[in-house]
Amino acid sequence: MITRKQRAIIRAIQGGIPLCEQPFHEIARRIGISTDELIKQIEMWKRDGTIRRFGAVLDHRRAGFETNAMVVWNVPDEQVESFGCTAAQFAAVSHCYERPRFEGFNYNMYTMIHGSCRRECEETVKTISQITGISDYRVLYTTAEFKKASPVYFGDDDLTYQGEDC
Amino acid sequence: MDDIDRELLNIIQTDFPIVEQPYEVLGQRLGIPACEALKRVRALVESGIIRRIGPSFDTRKLGHVSALVAARVPIERLEEVAGVVSSYPHVTHNYARDCEYNLWFTLICENHDRMNAILQDIKQKAGVEEMVCLPARRVFKIQVNFTI
Repeated sequence: MITRKQRAIIRAIQGGIPLCEQPFHEIARRIGISTDELIKQIEMWKRDGTIRRFGAVLDHRRAGFETNAMVVWNVPDEQVESFGCTAAQFAAVSHCYERPRFEGFNYNMYTMIHGSCRRECEETVKTISQITGISDYRVLYTTAEFKKASPVYFGDDDLTYQGEDC
Repeated sequence: MDDIDRELLNIIQTDFPIVEQPYEVLGQRLGIPACEALKRVRALVESGIIRRIGPSFDTRKLGHVSALVAARVPIERLEEVAGVVSSYPHVTHNYARDCEYNLWFTLICENHDRMNAILQDIKQKAGVEEMVCLPARRVFKIQVNFTI
């Protein structure tokens, strides 16, 4: 159960912390709680996995990983587990999911692969294919990036926390 | 970007100090004054290398639902449809890809009803007929930090 106070904290930090000497003090002041309480809550979320990571989110392209490809794979259902675990071990693979197949698109594993160029991406793909023995795949390069934004959770709430939780 | 910037980036991607004076801690780790650590972070944000500093939440633990959506859009309408899709705050990523399904986007919503309503809304507003919603069945990896 997420309390109203917790929702206010999530709303205040999800878009990023301010670039100042004491960012947590500044956020706590905006919400109307103590800095200590804010820091304890963030640490707790990090421990229980609610926050997977707290840190700088980079622009991959500007940081030297200019190419990214979504690679979709047709993996027999009984091999999904081993394929997923193998692909996840590659540093160049940032995301790996199983998703439903659909008509005319018989692919069920989705991997995001990053590299400095197309050749580097394709080498990673070939290596994964060789190791797993899965040869039915497609490399879908990004041809235009229309939007990349941080998620908005509890977007309809008020930003400020006022009063006790019910 | 020099070696100190690279070391700074590698630290703060995963381990930004959650303390009153985070730049004091970073400065000590890097052997530079706190004010220089802050100055370097600001410069990395201004140059666009850092998009933001903050939390990456586990969507499911916050009770939200997410999905990848594949859409087949006539090429001459791609920009227009992409504009409609991007206008929703729930949409986090929206890319054109070289595939017969040429528009792929991800969205995060508070619940399934909300997600279905938004997808219906997009279909109507943008006039897209072929749209497939692909929620993750299993997650093997979500990692967004890179060694610089």
